[in-house]
Amino acid sequence: MKPFQYRAPTLLGEALSLLASAGQRARALAGGTDLLVQMRRGLINADLIVDVKKVFELNRLDFDPSDGLTIGAAVPLCRICESPEVAQHYPGLVDALSIIGSVAVRSRATVGGNLCNAAPSADSIPALIVHGAVCTVASREGTRQVPVARFCTGPGQTVLGPGELLVSVRVPPPRPRSGARYLRFTPRYEMDIAVVGVAAWLELSEGLTTIANARIALGAVAPTPLLAVEAGASLVGRTPSAAAFAEAAALAQSIGAPISDVRGTAAQRRHLVGILTRRALEGALQRARGAEPDGRQG
Amino acid sequence: MSTPRDERKPVTDEPVSLRVIGTRPPLYGAVDKVLGRAVFGADVSLPELLHGKVLRSPHAHARILSVDTRRAEGYPGVHAVVTARDLPEGAGEQSERDNTLAGDKVLYVGHPIAAIAAESPHIAEEALALIDVQYEVLPPVLDVRRAMQADAPLLHETLRTWSLAGQAASSSNVAEHLQHVKGDPERGFAEADVIVERSFTTTMVHQGYIEPHASTALWHPDGSLTVWTCTQGAFPVREHLSSLLDLPMARIRVVPTEIGGGFGGKASSYVDVVAALLARKAGRPVKVVMGRDEVLKATGPTPGTFIRVRMGARRDGRIVAAEAELCYEAGAYPGSSVGSGADTIFACYDIPNARVDGYDVVVNKPKTSSYRAPGATPAVFAVEQVVDELAERLCIDSLDFRLLNCAREGTRRVSGQPYPRVGFVEVLQAAKAHPHYSEPLGGPNRGRGIAFGYWGNWAGQSCCTISVNADGTVSLLTGSVDVSGALTGIAMQAAEELGLELRQVQARVADTASIGYTDVSAGSRTTFGTGLAAIEAARDVIAQMRARAARLWGVPVETVSYDRVAFTTSVDPTQRLSFRELAAQLSATGGPVMGRGNLDGDVLRRGGAPGLHIADVELDPETGKVTVLRYTAVQDVGRAVHPGNVEGQIKGGVAQGIGWALYEGCFYGEDGQLLNATLLDNKLPTAMDIPAVEPVIVEVPDPVHPYGVRGAGETPIVPVAGAIANALYRITGRRMERLPMTPAYVLERMGVI
Ligand SMILES: Cc1cc2nc3c(=O)[nH]c(=O)nc-3n(C[C@H](O)[C@H](O)[C@H](O)COP(=O)(O)OP(=O)(O)OC[C@H]3O[C@@H](n4cnc5c(N)ncnc54)[C@H](O)[C@@H]3O)c2cc1C
Repeated sequence: MKPFQYRAPTLLGEALSLLASAGQRARALAGGTDLLVQMRRGLINADLIVDVKKVFELNRLDFDPSDGLTIGAAVPLCRICESPEVAQHYPGLVDALSIIGSVAVRSRATVGGNLCNAAPSADSIPALIVHGAVCTVASREGTRQVPVARFCTGPGQTVLGPGELLVSVRVPPPRPRSGARYLRFTPRYEMDIAVVGVAAWLELSEGLTTIANARIALGAVAPTPLLAVEAGASLVGRTPSAAAFAEAAALAQSIGAPISDVRGTAAQRRHLVGILTRRALEGALQRARGAEPDGRQG
Repeated sequence: MSTPRDERKPVTDEPVSLRVIGTRPPLYGAVDKVLGRAVFGADVSLPELLHGKVLRSPHAHARILSVDTRRAEGYPGVHAVVTARDLPEGAGEQSERDNTLAGDKVLYVGHPIAAIAAESPHIAEEALALIDVQYEVLPPVLDVRRAMQADAPLLHETLRTWSLAGQAASSSNVAEHLQHVKGDPERGFAEADVIVERSFTTTMVHQGYIEPHASTALWHPDGSLTVWTCTQGAFPVREHLSSLLDLPMARIRVVPTEIGGGFGGKASSYVDVVAALLARKAGRPVKVVMGRDEVLKATGPTPGTFIRVRMGARRDGRIVAAEAELCYEAGAYPGSSVGSGADTIFACYDIPNARVDGYDVVVNKPKTSSYRAPGATPAVFAVEQVVDELAERLCIDSLDFRLLNCAREGTRRVSGQPYPRVGFVEVLQAAKAHPHYSEPLGGPNRGRGIAFGYWGNWAGQSCCTISVNADGTVSLLTGSVDVSGALTGIAMQAAEELGLELRQVQARVADTASIGYTDVSAGSRTTFGTGLAAIEAARDVIAQMRARAARLWGVPVETVSYDRVAFTTSVDPTQRLSFRELAAQLSATGGPVMGRGNLDGDVLRRGGAPGLHIADVELDPETGKVTVLRYTAVQDVGRAVHPGNVEGQIKGGVAQGIGWALYEGCFYGEDGQLLNATLLDNKLPTAMDIPAVEPVIVEVPDPVHPYGVRGAGETPIVPVAGAIANALYRITGRRMERLPMTPAYVLERMGVI
């Protein structure tokens, strides 16, 4: 590891100035569970590390029934998972955040880091996408909003320009009769990386008989997490049924470009998208009906 | 401290009444480890310490055309750069020299080429990039069967196959072809009513010890050398240093630190010579700590294998013939564990006619090292599926089939020796009687499998001294590194002999200047072999103390005896001294008493430990994910000196076996790059993936040991993959012909993907 400057500002403006001053050679540090590993392995070299954990705006975790949930980019995952409001209103999000790493990793790792690291397999991203979450990004020039579905542009690549910082992620308020579920497949129970991840979100019509709205998002089958637009759309207006879910699962299987690597084969990944999409939809449906699915992760 | 005797009834009767053996005292050093106070390899620190880093080959196979270190030498903060040219000319074996620092060729990705000592590890790392190595890249050969073909690229132009017929005339990647024959295999197969033949492949697997190799070298002004290193054997490291540095053994002191796992992988030395070369050149002490990726790329995996097994049985259930071909990847230099694989493959069974062919084959991957029961796990994975299939075809219960065919005292193994007393039958009977074998599985997509494995004991050479202190306590030194809590088991045997409580015995691991040669802590030998040395040392202490009592009382020494409570003499019943009372008199009766035990345990006839495992697994048929739900491991341990520690060995071995069966492997790309050089992708199981393992201890005493001890630490890994494969067969109807049995492989075997 090469020597670098370390700063830990408390004011957002200060953080933004520091980042702007060093341009490409500056890096934000949240939990460090990706950044430090990558710096040790020589994959990232930075002259300036800006620790953002002390910045107030990045440490907010607020829920408001009309506004939804605001997750500061530097809030550790364990704090989010332990929040009773998050557990009550966004169990599909907890599915994803509570399986990242281990207890030790989650006490440091953040949603901001998971998003900005932009791994195709990042667990939080498909879950945030199906919830319709939006990122707040700031720089010295001002603030902009970017939907999570458009935040990642490639492996390790995001829409963030030099000097830009992810401040927070806003998840819209929960809709009545809706439910979400995230499942991933890993060989090990924990401390593992998704071979495939699938998030599903369903909103039922007033009589609970048909699907009013549906979103499905996939992880680890393309250079970025993907919103499976057609798979979600195929469910709208239909009665939730095995046949409808199978059709959506098949549509989900038809997108993306899964690869074969040391973690899994392309055929295995496509196959798993089908299985996990069906299972995630079943879980989301149970939640939309006010029930809790079984404890399986994949 | 008094600890309760083990409550469970042993399977065999108690021969003598024991006071220490069979109890569960806390292990020496355990609390230090929990509190972070134990000093491991990387914790060693000295004044003026420099830090070493190693330049490693990016190619799996290449000729080194030139190595230019000049720019690195001039880099600020760099104190020394070494290459193979710094090894004394002609010292040591060529393959050991070349694997320490490459000479003409690099043979695997991660092969060391040069090393740098600098003010900080970061500076050393930066300077590595300034070493200019020119290569002529050669095609690699990565698979054992490809390497055996006549037109395969050759790793060593001078390597010619050794076999019973002598050495072959032409070069090959096959270093050795070994063969065992018993009876008449052709006739045996002709007699068989059912014949099963299958082939299996297994990938290289890393031992997965969590502590990376670390070594610190300090040269003294008189030209002698001290090395602190995490190793399973300080003496073998000393021998290695002596031969490669051309230095007399007495001038080298190797101090073994606490060790954070080894499992065979720390029986080899990787950075000790490098640290010593750097320290000599820099004129300052140097510490070299390997990174995780270096450990995974360049240190001891266990061989990948191709194994073909053919077995035939008669309708009455008797196995009449067997044949196996074992092809083992040695890695870059000869010396795989194919020998012990060939020795173990049919070890559990009494087979009248058999042939085993073993091939030791070099490939462009790191030189393999021992891994817990070296060579046995893949062999047993293969043979136990074939045995299971034979039983199924003959409609005989799988356990009964093993009972019908298992080896007994006097059975001659395919590899030669007849068995001494070993509890094969007792283990099978205990397994059959265990509720796990008959209780319902309790759900769909579940299966139960069993497998039988054996691992022989190596006793090796050991030294032990016991010094009696004036207050009646004793200080015990051994050359055996404490890799598994064995130090406590060794001291317990001495305490038993001396009639002391364990708290009166303080045992420590000595450095190589403080005790005689002792082999590595490996091969299930330490509690057995070094335990024998401790018993011998204790008996020596007692003999000397009897003489002191005789002198005090003015009676002939033959009349003095010690019943582990008091010294008495048959001449005068009023005389009586406890160990402590006599210890207080030593100074006045001739000075200190020090007992010694130094022995070659292998002059004794060798026993071993069989184990029968029962595994219940659940398969998610849609994803291929396998969960082990319940696991019972029945094993003959001779006598459990420290039952808690034996249970720990069994649980740990099973956990490693589950990792090998389902998750782990070293996966290489076609160019020979290791694709999973991190613990994220080299998937050791976590505690969440391992069920509560139930160890069942069977005690059939080994007649050559005073307390019946057998080596118990390695057998527990041997049957695991086979038991899980047999359980998966019950669910899928498919035999698993590959390790690891990953979810993708299971789905492929089922025809799902
Ligand atoms: C043992 C282990 C297990 C893991 N398991 C999982 C897992 O199961 N699932 C999973 O998805 N991931 C896993 N990870 C990866 C990692 O923990 C997560 O991606 C985590 O969410 C990263 O958060 P962090 O706060 O540690 O990020 P950091 O490492 O601090 O940062 C990650 C990247 O984001 C940038 N960054 C951070 N914050 C900001 C910001 N506010 N604005 C702009 N850029 C920013 C950093 O510069 C860096 O490039 C694991 C990692 C480890 C070490």
